[in-house]
Amino acid sequence: MNVIEVKGLKKSYGQVHAVRGVDLSIPAGEIFALLGPNGAGKTTTVEILEGFRSRDAGQISILGFDPHSQGYAARQWRDRIGIVLQSAADAGDLTVIETVRHFSRYYSNPRKVDEVMSAVGLEEKSGALIRNLSGGQRRRLDVALGIIGNPELLFLDEPTTGFDPEARRAFWGLIEKMRGNGTTILLTTHYLDEAEALADRVAVINNGLIIETATPAQLGGRATSQAVVSWRDGSQVKSEATDNPTAVVTDLSVHFDGEIPELTVIRPSLEDIYLKMIGGADE
Amino acid sequence: MNKIPSALNIGIRRGGLEIRQFARQRESVVFTLLFPVILLAIFGSVFKDTIAPGVTFSQYFVAGMIASGLVNTGFQALAITIPMERDVGGLKRLRGTPMPASSYFIGKAILIAVSMLIQIALLFGFGLVFFGVEMPTELSKWLTFTWLVLLGSACSTALGIAFSIVPKSGRGASAVVSPIVIILQFFSGVFFVFTQLPTWMQQLAAIFPLKWLTQGMRSVFLPDSFAAQEVAKSWETGRTLLILVLWLVIGVFFSIRKFKWDRD
Repeated sequence: MNVIEVKGLKKSYGQVHAVRGVDLSIPAGEIFALLGPNGAGKTTTVEILEGFRSRDAGQISILGFDPHSQGYAARQWRDRIGIVLQSAADAGDLTVIETVRHFSRYYSNPRKVDEVMSAVGLEEKSGALIRNLSGGQRRRLDVALGIIGNPELLFLDEPTTGFDPEARRAFWGLIEKMRGNGTTILLTTHYLDEAEALADRVAVINNGLIIETATPAQLGGRATSQAVVSWRDGSQVKSEATDNPTAVVTDLSVHFDGEIPELTVIRPSLEDIYLKMIGGADE
Repeated sequence: MNKIPSALNIGIRRGGLEIRQFARQRESVVFTLLFPVILLAIFGSVFKDTIAPGVTFSQYFVAGMIASGLVNTGFQALAITIPMERDVGGLKRLRGTPMPASSYFIGKAILIAVSMLIQIALLFGFGLVFFGVEMPTELSKWLTFTWLVLLGSACSTALGIAFSIVPKSGRGASAVVSPIVIILQFFSGVFFVFTQLPTWMQQLAAIFPLKWLTQGMRSVFLPDSFAAQEVAKSWETGRTLLILVLWLVIGVFFSIRKFKWDRD
């Protein structure tokens, strides 16, 4: 059974059709990235799945629950999911460990507090007041609070915004570890390299519709699209788009009798493909 | 499989957390808890007269200070701090956990009750030592006092949570809430003798709970002979109870039905 199953999801705000019929199937243990420009319907979709917004139409099953459940059913459902929102800046007068320990009391089967603290790399800051944490440390606390309940499904909303490259790498490591535990993760991000590094599959949403769902390597025909070979010939930089880059390089190698000056072979990046996709959808 | 902790269990833990957070904001602790004492000091020094035989203004004012302390500590504090918590995303994060709304409300109620107890103790202490405030001696008056504090505290908490949906942002909350509370205090006979206020003011005040809380506190701290000088020539204890319960129900209803966890 899929952890997330969405069919025909629709949501309008007055005359604005934010989500116009989204389908999603996400199996257990997958890291799934939802990509899309601002205003594409990404946030609305995710917030409906998180149970923060109502929907106009469509069927949703998340771990067998409707996210619009109320009362005890809602608590049973929330007991099994974790949500890391875009930065919360409350509770500045509590220490890190107090906050993590307190949140652990909300759940039926929380993870061990120490274990979570070390997973997010905050052991040394456990006694610090939250208001004295740096931006990156706060973000790691957000993640700690999202995973303390030992969730089967984790929502990660722009998790590394404002991170320096080193902190991002460390964070990716943490997510990889969670994949190892079998946690299903729905990730939204603006960073294409992040989606590429983490996600098993990505979906691109634009104008309220999912344009394509594929692995990062295959999105938008990326795996089979033409490569660009470029090199220096005397004073000129030349390039050639080709379906057979190996043949081109072999020919060049013969032409130059060995080493090809300033040789590069480039496949389109996920970002190139993504920009083409959302640009095309606007037309 | 363990069970999800009960709403009451989480609520009590939240109460502890709220108190801890409050206690760490030193400036606001001192100001909140000592504010009624400071007001008593000012008014007690300015108005030295007696307003009836054997009733000093300080005595009259202690009743008003306890009643308006309930409004300041509960209604005003919550209607300002909850929108601030909402602004920084703290409420939305809580909404995403299995913590039920009732636990959040229980936590707030515990914070308000504890803070109220400390305020009353301080007010009694300073009142006794410096301003010759007399404490009631009959048990029945202490019983009235106890239910007034409990009901008033609950009512003020519920209305503060309910009113927190009104301010659009945490930054503007104080500008919306504070004037309402100050005007209510003037109209309800906290700073002045109620019967000396214009009739229309008295009638307007009678709609809101603060007037009844203040009058109820007078029935505790003033001699029974003073009842004859009230507007209705009586303490109206039954009506006070009824009106406070009514406002409590209104507050709880709107808190449960309309509480906003998110800015939009």
